[in-house]
Amino acid sequence: MRFAPTEEQAEFRSAVKALLADTCDIVAVRASWGGEVGRHTDVGQGNGRVERAWKGLADMGVLGLLVPEADGGMGMTQDAFVGIAVEAGYAGLPDPLIETAAVAPPVLASSSEPLASEILARIACGEVTVGVGFGESPIVPCASTADWFLILTGSAAHLLDASAADITPLSSVDGARHLGRVNWNADDSTVVVSSDSDAVALAAARNAAATFSAAALVGLSHRMIDMTVEYVGERRQFGVPIGSFQAVKHELADAALGVEFAEPLAFNAAHLLSVGEDATVAASMAKSRASRSSQVASDVCLQLHGAIGYTVEHDLHLFMKRAWALSRQYGDFRTHRAVVRRALLED
Amino acid sequence: MDLTWSESEQHFREECREWLRANVPAEPLPSGDTSEGFAVHLEWEYLLHSAGWAVVSWPAAYGGRDATLWEWLIFEEEYYAAGAPQRITQNGIFLLAPTIFEFGSRAQQDYYLPRMSAAQDLWCQGWSEPNAGSDLAGIKSRAVRDDERGGWVLSGQKTWTTRGAFSTHLFGLFRTDPEAERHRGLTYFLAPLTAEGMTVRGFGRLDGDEGFAEVFLDDVFVPDDDGTTETMAAGGILGEIGQGWGVAMSTTSSERGLTLRSPGRFRAAAARLLELAHDQIAAGVDLDPAVLDAVTDAWIDTEAYALYTLRDVTGVVEGTPAGARSSYNKVFWSELDVRLHEAALDLLGAEAELDGSWMHGYEFSLSGPIYAGTNEIQRNIIAERVLGLPRK
Repeated sequence: MRFAPTEEQAEFRSAVKALLADTCDIVAVRASWGGEVGRHTDVGQGNGRVERAWKGLADMGVLGLLVPEADGGMGMTQDAFVGIAVEAGYAGLPDPLIETAAVAPPVLASSSEPLASEILARIACGEVTVGVGFGESPIVPCASTADWFLILTGSAAHLLDASAADITPLSSVDGARHLGRVNWNADDSTVVVSSDSDAVALAAARNAAATFSAAALVGLSHRMIDMTVEYVGERRQFGVPIGSFQAVKHELADAALGVEFAEPLAFNAAHLLSVGEDATVAASMAKSRASRSSQVASDVCLQLHGAIGYTVEHDLHLFMKRAWALSRQYGDFRTHRAVVRRALLED
Repeated sequence: MDLTWSESEQHFREECREWLRANVPAEPLPSGDTSEGFAVHLEWEYLLHSAGWAVVSWPAAYGGRDATLWEWLIFEEEYYAAGAPQRITQNGIFLLAPTIFEFGSRAQQDYYLPRMSAAQDLWCQGWSEPNAGSDLAGIKSRAVRDDERGGWVLSGQKTWTTRGAFSTHLFGLFRTDPEAERHRGLTYFLAPLTAEGMTVRGFGRLDGDEGFAEVFLDDVFVPDDDGTTETMAAGGILGEIGQGWGVAMSTTSSERGLTLRSPGRFRAAAARLLELAHDQIAAGVDLDPAVLDAVTDAWIDTEAYALYTLRDVTGVVEGTPAGARSSYNKVFWSELDVRLHEAALDLLGAEAELDGSWMHGYEFSLSGPIYAGTNEIQRNIIAERVLGLPRK
């Protein structure tokens, strides 16, 4: 029994953290916002990508971490990725890292289509991004820059060439998201995996999306809490730092408490994905808790920043809005709790 | 990550399970926090000890079986899953013993620990006073040096002493330097409750059991330790004079975290909660979906707590113990326990008030956020010592 990353995984995660601190700093996150979000023209003219960070991740092998060695990747398992997803959340990386590097590769690796193998190789070297959507006409982040879409319906995984796809751009509260609706009707020609051939891989994709978005929410929550700890330590009222007030301490302690206990659930779900066990309940527990605790964290952190937090001058909103979005993407707190409830009480 | 138990750990689990299956009383014992119930629980402790299960993680010489921390977790899981009796020895074995292991002399360890594991000496905690609860450093009970007789004279009053009326010994903090303030000038004393000058008065808790006591010390003499059994039987000091605060804090982190509330206890309770939910559903009871969500939440949080503990134990085993993070632990398990029992009461509806195990469990759970350092104090510790907010 050992519930901790291996030394190698921990070192790799630290290296990714350092890379993101350097290449995806707050200036880069701000710049990734798009000008088309009219209300937020003070922030960048970006396209939702931080190219330097992406290139760095490709060079380090992060993008190919879960790509089989035969396809040019590192052939590692999901427990090696979960800590990295936390760091991506912490950095506020807007790029489709979870989708491209952790959701798509296992699905594509389970496909016998030559195209799937080709895309895997291109993911590993950082040439393509893959947007992931669930169901008919899904809303997908980073849709405008995606090279491929992996659309998962109940019965199949479809791989669509983005250059031929019909995408309706949608404006998100988080200007770095660059959402698009992929207008698309299921058609056998794009199937890479079907539930007949590999239902497990399709279920695993849903669980991976929940697990790694939960991990990213843990990172986002830590980031908001760190920013708030710093702020309330500096901001003085009544002659003292407001962080010395018990009302402030207890709010922050509660925000941190929720995140503290959400994190091991995400690591456990990643572990189950790694060993190929059914992670449905574990992933839903993780996403349910991470979604709820990130909402608590964003509420508390906004409140404790006071009026400055309620502006786009301050950077808190960059992380808070991402948390609002991500806590509901791939299933919100209640949806995932209902999955667990059904497994416990209705089966 | 390797979330599997080794073959030897599996074997240990089987061994625990087998013994518990053969020995756990079929009917639950009367509460150990009443005088009749305490006597029955004492018999159970003797049985546990004779079979080597009283203190599995201790050295064999002191009544244990040198189990690893992982095996201890397994034992706890099996113990609660088997519905085995509450541990009336827990204040000794879980709170005092770690301090004796860390600060006691070899002679003190050799004397106190075997007697504790055999339930010969039954320890209660003498920390809180009428005016020093959350503000523990405000302790007024004092110990005055008596050079003539060669020892210390204890006086004052301790309160909220769990099972004090049934215990034989007290460990607690006393002020040895009247000039020193707050947490300085305190010393960690051990004393028999049979000593001259000790008066113990039991009183009823919220759940009706007389599990609380106040202890009055009226010039109780504790002789200097000369390494003999006679002086140790009459009491003693753990750690240095004036260093009691630091010595005591080492036990608070055991109390808050791992040792007092292993996940096995909550897993067993969550399993019973699920069973109750299934029973109510099968009986056609009209349940609001929100109640089933509360059941699910309690179950998820129990899993989160169990996983958190596995991570903590990994940290301890690899030399990075939780430290102040144990305050997260204490807030979480205590509030989880309340929510879990509330969910059960809601499943029971109007029948919740009937005298039964869920109502008893609920009443007991309500003490969790209060004892072992109130959750308000724990949140201060999280904010100041984990997150780094300014104290003043």
